[in-house]
Order: sequence, then structure tokens, then C-alpha cells
Amino acid sequence: MQLSTKHLLGIKDLLPSDISLILSTAQQFKEVLQRPIKKVPSLRDVTIVNLFYENSTRTRISFELAEKRLSADTINFAASASSVSKGETLLDTVNNILSMKVDMVVMRHSASGAPHFLSKHLPDTAIVNAGDGINEHPTQALLDAFSIIEKLGTLEGKKILLIGDIMHSRVALSNIYLLTKMGAEVMLSGPPTLMPKYMEAALGVKIEYNLKKALAWCDVANVLRIQLERQNQVLFSSLREYNRAYGVTSKLLNEIDKDIVIMHPGPINRGVEIDSDVADSANSVILKQVENGVAVRMAALYLLSGKKELSS
Amino acid sequence: MQVLLSPQQLDLTIKRLAYQLLEDNDNLSDLVFVGIQPRGVQISNRIVDFISEISAEKPSYGLLDITFYRDDIREELHIPKETTLTQSIEGKKVILIDDVLYTGRTIRAALDALQDFGRPQKVMLCVLVNRRFNRELPIQPDFYGIAIDTTASQKVKVDIENNQVVLY
Repeated sequence: MQLSTKHLLGIKDLLPSDISLILSTAQQFKEVLQRPIKKVPSLRDVTIVNLFYENSTRTRISFELAEKRLSADTINFAASASSVSKGETLLDTVNNILSMKVDMVVMRHSASGAPHFLSKHLPDTAIVNAGDGINEHPTQALLDAFSIIEKLGTLEGKKILLIGDIMHSRVALSNIYLLTKMGAEVMLSGPPTLMPKYMEAALGVKIEYNLKKALAWCDVANVLRIQLERQNQVLFSSLREYNRAYGVTSKLLNEIDKDIVIMHPGPINRGVEIDSDVADSANSVILKQVENGVAVRMAALYLLSGKKELSS
Repeated sequence: MQVLLSPQQLDLTIKRLAYQLLEDNDNLSDLVFVGIQPRGVQISNRIVDFISEISAEKPSYGLLDITFYRDDIREELHIPKETTLTQSIEGKKVILIDDVLYTGRTIRAALDALQDFGRPQKVMLCVLVNRRFNRELPIQPDFYGIAIDTTASQKVKVDIENNQVVLY
């Protein structure tokens, strides 16, 4: 049994069987993380470069931990501290690194499609997309799915609500692809200025601009961060206005009087898209998402490391 | 296809192995039984169930998957099954239980895996079928059900459906 794909570029290219395989393997890796020695030797012959052209703490540390727990050697590349500032192109940078016999690349880039571009030029190196522009963030969607299954038992038939800046959110798109592939129902909510057109027809999701109605419908609310760094124009009037219309507050949740699982990919803007008491409540799995992220990434890396041609 | 152990013989062998394990190790609380995934578990479940019947105490038992410790990881990707070894093996006598001992590589992987759980006082090996003369590593069982001579082209299988052990 193995994945149908050589790379992990997006949920769009994965089969439901691939997703199930990654999630069930992640379950075994989660058990490894409870052992006294949280390490397995599976990837000790593999060198992985973490190519992060965009700032990240959470995702980069999560990948680095996953790689180290698999006994792989890791190299961290931060664009700011490298020859990219001297004008080196993406392809040149990667070819240079690969000449040093690196086996896998984990990549985050601000241009949508950057990992896909790379995979065409580097057919023998497994590439994992850690977030490309406003396209996809597949490992986030996988760990979100893992966390939902951990709390609710399954994805099939569950009602998942994504709230916030859908237009600029690669987390949202990956989640939409994954949840619809696995039989869940998806609804989007957020300011109309941050909602792309034709989502219902194109992706089979529902849209509800009234947050209270949306929350009353759902089993799980995945709250997205307002991405100030990605917007050139201001698409809503102020952070306080956003909180009043689309913030997930305990007042709103009490009015609905229903237990909803609360999720957030992080980092949280407390008091903007979500209130502190909601983020820290018993229904929140936000910290579990972080914990599950390492296990899910270990599973993805393990399944992609696969067969190698023995060199002569 | 040849039947090595019929259902009655299999039942007797399991019971005899359980008695042997108890005979050699007087204090059950010092022992941790570990069944090796995926196929050793069928045998270890039966042995440990029988030990629970014949002794006053409940034996300490866990399952171990050795997929991540295999030495053939670049030839074929294996999918792990669950590991449930939550009790500490520190200072305990661990009894590894598997169905067939062939090349010995699974047990080598199991020994590596156990190292990451703690330092046992002693590790012993109990297998249902010892395929002599096919070993690729210096590993031998402490307790075994039957010993047979086979060639590399033959296979030994514990046929759980029909409750027997076959050679083909």
C-alpha cells in the first residue's frame, strides 16, 4: 500500500485512499510521540531541506520536529539569510542545494504554484508543500482532519464551518478539498469582501454570511486568521468591526447553546477573529492541532520517502 | 500444501508454550509479554489468554509494531499497525512472541524497538514455528512450538481461519 503520488503538492491531487492512508499512519506516529524515546530510525538515510521563503514559526518547527523524530538530517533555509537576497533564482537555489545530495524538499513560498514548478524541474526529489501563496497548505488540512476525527470519530457527514478571510486562505482551500473528498459538508462564512465568487458551484460548499446561523448549523468551526500581511487594500473597516460581525465570541456561542468543536490554524489574533475564552475553552482543540501536526507530518514524510533506486 | 499443526495440535502447543513460559519464570509480575505485529499477535493473544486462565495474576501484555525499525525500508514501504506497549519494560523480563522465526530480521528490529522503550532486565524469544537453517542473523528462540527444515522457496503460514499451521 502506498500513496498514488510522488509529491505532496496539494490535497487537490490526492485520492481519498491517500488521505485515509496518511491519517491512519499518523495515528501510529502519534503513539510513537508518547514513548519514552520519541524517535524511530526510519528516515535515517534521508536528508531533508526546509526551504522557507516565507516567515513561519509553527509550520517550520513542526516539520523540523517531524523530520528529527524520523531520524532524518535536516537543513533549514530561511530566504532572508541567504543568497536569495543577492538575487538568486528559485531554480538555481534549489539545484545548488540538490547538488549536495538532498533527498526531499519541504517548501513554503509566497507564489502560488511554486512547489508545482519545482516538481517539474526536479522529478526525482519528493517535494512537500508547506504553503504556497494563496493556493494550498495540504499538511494543515490533514492535521485539521486528524483532529476532527480524534474528537468526533469520523469526517463522513460532519458539518464543518470555515470562518474568515477565505479569499486569501490556503488553509481554507486545502480544507475544502479534503473535507469534500472525505464526505463532509462544508460551509463558508466571512465578510463578503473576503469571499471569492462562485465557491458554491465550483467547490460544492455552502455560504452563509450570518455568523450566528452558520454556527448553529455546524459541528466544527475552523476559525481563520485575518491575514493583514497579504492584503494591499483594506477589505473591512476595522479589526473591531470584524470582531463584532465575524468574531467567534463566547456570547455568540452561548446564544446558540450547542457544543461546537473550535479549531484555528494559528497564530491566533485574540479578540479579533476569536475571543480568548473561546480559544481556551474545553471545546477548543487548537493545541491538539499543533500536537497532531507533528504526527501528521511524520506520516507524510514517511510515506513519501518510499522506494529509492539503488545507485551503482 | 502440508499441515504442520492441526487444530488440536495447535491448541496443545499453545498450552504447552504457556506452561513452559510460566515454568521458567516463577514471578509473573516480573514479566512483560510482547506480541509482534502483525502475525505474532494471533499467537500471543492465545498464549496470554491461556496464561490468564491458569495463573492467579493478570499478565502484563502489549503489542509491538516493528515497521519503523525494519532494515528493508528502501525496498518496500510497509504500513504500520498499532503498538500498545504502555507499561514500562524497565528492569522487566520481556518475552517476545512471534508466529514464525525465519531469517531473524523481524526479531532484530524488535530488539531495536524495545531499546527505545527502556532497558529490560532480559529479553527472551518465544515462537510457534522455528524454521531452522534459514537464519540470516545470529538469533535463536528460547521457546518454540515446532522446529522444521525448509527451503527459501517454501512458506510457513499460521492459518487462523482454519486454526492450523501450514507449509507450502
